[in-house]
Amino acid sequence: MTVAAPRSLRMPARYLLRSALNAFNTNKTSWVGLVLFSLIALAALLAPLLAPHDPIEQNVLAKLRPPTSDHPLGTDSFGRDILSRLLYGARVSLVIGFVATLAAMAVGSAIGLFAGWYGHRFDALVMQVMDVLLAFPSLILGLLIVAMLGPSMTNIIAAIALTSVPAFARIARAPTIAVKQREYVEACRALGYSDARIMLRHILPNIFPEILVMGSLWLANAIRTEASLAFIGLGVKPPTATWGGMIREGFENILDSAWLTLAPGFAILVVVFSLNLLGDGLRDAVDPRLRGEA
Amino acid sequence: MAAFIIRRLGFAVVTLLAVLTLVFVLVRIVPGDPAQVILGDQASRDAILAMRVRLGLDRPLWAQYVEFLSGAVQGNWGASMVTGRPVIEEVLRVLPWTIELTCASLLLGAVIGVPLGVWAAVRRNRLTDYIARIASLLGLSFPPFVSAILLLFGFAILVPLFPVISATTGSISAWWQAIALPAINLGLITAAYITRVTRSAMLEVLSEDYVRTARAKGVPWHVVIWRHALRNALIPIITVFGLYLSILIGNSVLTEIVFNRPGLGKLIVGALNQRDYTMLQGMMVIYTLIVVLVNLATDLAYAFVDPRIKLQ
Repeated sequence: MTVAAPRSLRMPARYLLRSALNAFNTNKTSWVGLVLFSLIALAALLAPLLAPHDPIEQNVLAKLRPPTSDHPLGTDSFGRDILSRLLYGARVSLVIGFVATLAAMAVGSAIGLFAGWYGHRFDALVMQVMDVLLAFPSLILGLLIVAMLGPSMTNIIAAIALTSVPAFARIARAPTIAVKQREYVEACRALGYSDARIMLRHILPNIFPEILVMGSLWLANAIRTEASLAFIGLGVKPPTATWGGMIREGFENILDSAWLTLAPGFAILVVVFSLNLLGDGLRDAVDPRLRGEA
Repeated sequence: MAAFIIRRLGFAVVTLLAVLTLVFVLVRIVPGDPAQVILGDQASRDAILAMRVRLGLDRPLWAQYVEFLSGAVQGNWGASMVTGRPVIEEVLRVLPWTIELTCASLLLGAVIGVPLGVWAAVRRNRLTDYIARIASLLGLSFPPFVSAILLLFGFAILVPLFPVISATTGSISAWWQAIALPAINLGLITAAYITRVTRSAMLEVLSEDYVRTARAKGVPWHVVIWRHALRNALIPIITVFGLYLSILIGNSVLTEIVFNRPGLGKLIVGALNQRDYTMLQGMMVIYTLIVVLVNLATDLAYAFVDPRIKLQ
């Protein structure tokens, strides 16, 4: 006689899709977040088609122009089109945010899985290190790393990823400890499966939804940190358009040309808010116990 | 209680050592020779060698490490490469500004956040709750420098109630003008955090048996909420404070830059722009000290508020 594996363990694509839909429908605000964020991501993707001008093309004759039909959001002090820079800047923000978050997700989850699985001294030591990193101001740490290594895209990504690793380690560790004691894991052990196989094939799928939800919240954080670093002057080097960098440049002219800072500022706010709406709603659905926790 | 304090002290020391080591390593993996960076490309070989001796870079790595650690613990954090003054002197000069701003924003955050969080929890899933949740999520989404610029634009440029550049000293009104907008900026973001934490902590507590018992005994609702429930909800609120501190420090750096207000944030960014590595290293030490001490204080406050902690 053969016994079919429970549905949730096989995770066919249709099951995954349905549980994702359920999660979204539990909290309607996640839909709002998803739609907003998708629109921005689409705009970033289609930037070359949508942008009315070249984002780094200077025009000394059209410096600091207020919004007109040719330049819907005005021009900066080099005569560059703000809307075009905003669209291309979205690419930088999203790429840095996504890569940094994915890296932190992979490394952090692996650390959490190992710590939770092996337990004892190893767990205590690793989590101590994670707690130390978590307690330290991430902006200051990121600032130091980028300042020391130089403001290149890779270094910025590395700095942001490093500061978000402990959060994922914590998130992956707790459910690993809980799942470890379940009977099906015991059964896997009895069957002589290797630790790596049990962790990858039998524990990871169970904790994956929580990691993914945290990922959306930390993506928001990564985008905000990137913008903050760029505002301080540690962003991807000019003339590449970054939102934080645009605010930094525009801030000098805030008295007479406020649109220079208001447009990118609004853009950052909308991206971060949409991701927070998305992640916050999904988190409620995935784990009702965490409802509303900061 | 004594065992608890000793354990927490031990953790604080370990944290301090770990971060100091991280700072030491980070400062030393800078590409290129720091002496060369300080003196510039035109410097002679002799000058670079002399600078290396002055910075202690000619000595073995472990000796530098020991010296760095003992110096850090004794408050000897070296001298600024730019002004030549001791780092600790520069830090102590601006520290009161940052502490003043942080305290004001925490106070504002608690005054707004705690009642709002309690209110949202009591009226769960009603309009007030939704508004409080969306508002706090929006507050959390604001990059602090964007909200600071909006405040500056709104209340110093459009409606000129406050000066564009604060940091004036002297009379009370000057002090008020200098601190109001920065404190409101940080305070509103802090309020967003506190609202969320208070709300979730209250939701947890409101479903407890003792709350129902108190209600059943006929204790008025407002007494149950403020005396029975909120007191117990304080525990998670205090716990989160230790974690929030690291966010608050980052936020205050950005706020100080926008409002051009003296403080640790302005100091660290100035050091960054001038490539003042000893200053940066010293600043990291002071930030580490602040984080470790405040986390220690929250742990102890936690034990003080919740007697069950001591027994563990």
